[in-house]
Amino acid sequence: MNATATAGPAPGDVTKYSLGLAAPLALFFVVFFVAPLAQLLVLSFHNDAQGLIWGLGQYAKFLTDSFSLSVLGSTLVLGAEVTALCLVLGYPIAWLYHRVGGRTQTLIILIVLLPLLTSVVVRTFAWIVILGRQGIVNSTLLSLGIVGTPLRMLYTQGGLVVALAQVQMPLMTLPLITALGRIDPNLDDASCSLGAGSWRTFWRIILPLSMPGVIAGCTLTYAAAITAFITQSLVGGGQMLFMPMYLYQQASTLQNWPFAAAISMIFLLAVLAVMTAFGMLGRLSRADGDAR
Amino acid sequence: MTVTALLALLLIIAPSLVVLIVSFTSGFSLKFPPPGYSARWYVELWNAWQLHFAARNSFVVAMWATILSIGLGVLAALAISKSRALSAKILDSLFMSPLVLPALAFGLSALMFFSLVGLPVSPLTLVIGHTVVCVPYVVRNTVASLAQLEPTLLESSAILGASRFYTFRRIVLPLIRPGVIAGAFIAFMSSFDNVPVSLFLRDAATDMLPIRMWQDLEGKLDVTIAALSGVLIMATVGLMAVMEHFTGLSRRLTS
Repeated sequence: MNATATAGPAPGDVTKYSLGLAAPLALFFVVFFVAPLAQLLVLSFHNDAQGLIWGLGQYAKFLTDSFSLSVLGSTLVLGAEVTALCLVLGYPIAWLYHRVGGRTQTLIILIVLLPLLTSVVVRTFAWIVILGRQGIVNSTLLSLGIVGTPLRMLYTQGGLVVALAQVQMPLMTLPLITALGRIDPNLDDASCSLGAGSWRTFWRIILPLSMPGVIAGCTLTYAAAITAFITQSLVGGGQMLFMPMYLYQQASTLQNWPFAAAISMIFLLAVLAVMTAFGMLGRLSRADGDAR
Repeated sequence: MTVTALLALLLIIAPSLVVLIVSFTSGFSLKFPPPGYSARWYVELWNAWQLHFAARNSFVVAMWATILSIGLGVLAALAISKSRALSAKILDSLFMSPLVLPALAFGLSALMFFSLVGLPVSPLTLVIGHTVVCVPYVVRNTVASLAQLEPTLLESSAILGASRFYTFRRIVLPLIRPGVIAGAFIAFMSSFDNVPVSLFLRDAATDMLPIRMWQDLEGKLDVTIAALSGVLIMATVGLMAVMEHFTGLSRRLTS
């Protein structure tokens, strides 16, 4: 009996590991992630392209330029449209997931996951094939006699929203599946046995309880949709300019580094602001749920 | 609801199916439905040495980025997963932040940082950049795996006299291995498909596949790209099936 008391490692919690193990990654991040972003911030505070004069000139340039503001605005609106579409389409998938058997569930997840793991260029290319003048939608419409000439769907806002929604759908659906999975199935039955129809049950019980998942999904989808550089430029075309391409043009083509840095900062702030807004909505919904 | 769900699932899978079908066209354009079927574009792909070069670059960079991510990420996940300290939460947010911040802004800042420090753009800088945006996937999946690890197993092991390292090697590691592999898989695919970081951190010698494809697409809508896309889609589906079998990928992402 005595032996077991002295056998074993040094005192301390054996179920935890020392925080020092995170040091290598933390150091890596500080050097290769935080430092570059900090440098970007510093660079954005320069008034001239060579980075010699300090000032808020770049920010002033962006915030007083109606073109720049419109680019920012259209990017934010695009994110909202894509998120809304993803929510409307993704929620039913998550709902269906919890009503089918195990093997179908795996199949649904794999289908939902496929766009996430396929190259973004491949996915976008697929949309060019579908929405193009000789693409599947136009072929169908022409052969059914609905339209006389091919519709222009590529390089339109609508086409872009649909393409982005498909690309980002996994980011909305997976958190929703998780959230719906956490809801006690008895609640559904209880509600029905108390006389509520399925729509009422959905609106009053299921939807509010799944809010954390909705918020999580919306946050991820929104952030991804507005930074989706390739899809925006390939499906959107040259006429519609959004923040990522604007940033890339200023940096790469025009070599206007301080302005590009300012654009990056404003873009970063916009994404963080939206995420914080979503986060606050999330806290509100959780508080509401607990109070009830 | 079910109808909407099925339509939505169709929307998700339709583009991949369309690309696969179009890649077998016998014609010269991306017309759907194709006028005829043939495997000629896959033969063209076999001869497209430029695409092969880019593919090999992407693969090598993705391998190194994944290896680095596993090394750094698993250690970090071990440290932060069971800890309730504030510093652990801060570290967690830090490690996850590349997932939500615009990768393009990071790519730009990394390029400027490297030029400031005097490191010329090279495969090394590319791997470093990719690691930053890929390691969150490894950390997230490993943390999730560790969360499901019963603390009593570690305690029992300690009571029976095992050292910390022995416990890690024989108990913890085998149990979290599927989670680590799932995270590594997603990290690898993410690196392979990455465009924003590669755009800024590449040079002539490190042509990357997605960028090569993008440039070919902007120039001309080549059906060879469709064949390449077909290959990539089939490879992704195959790998997903393998991952699902060995690590239960679908369960990991919805728990």
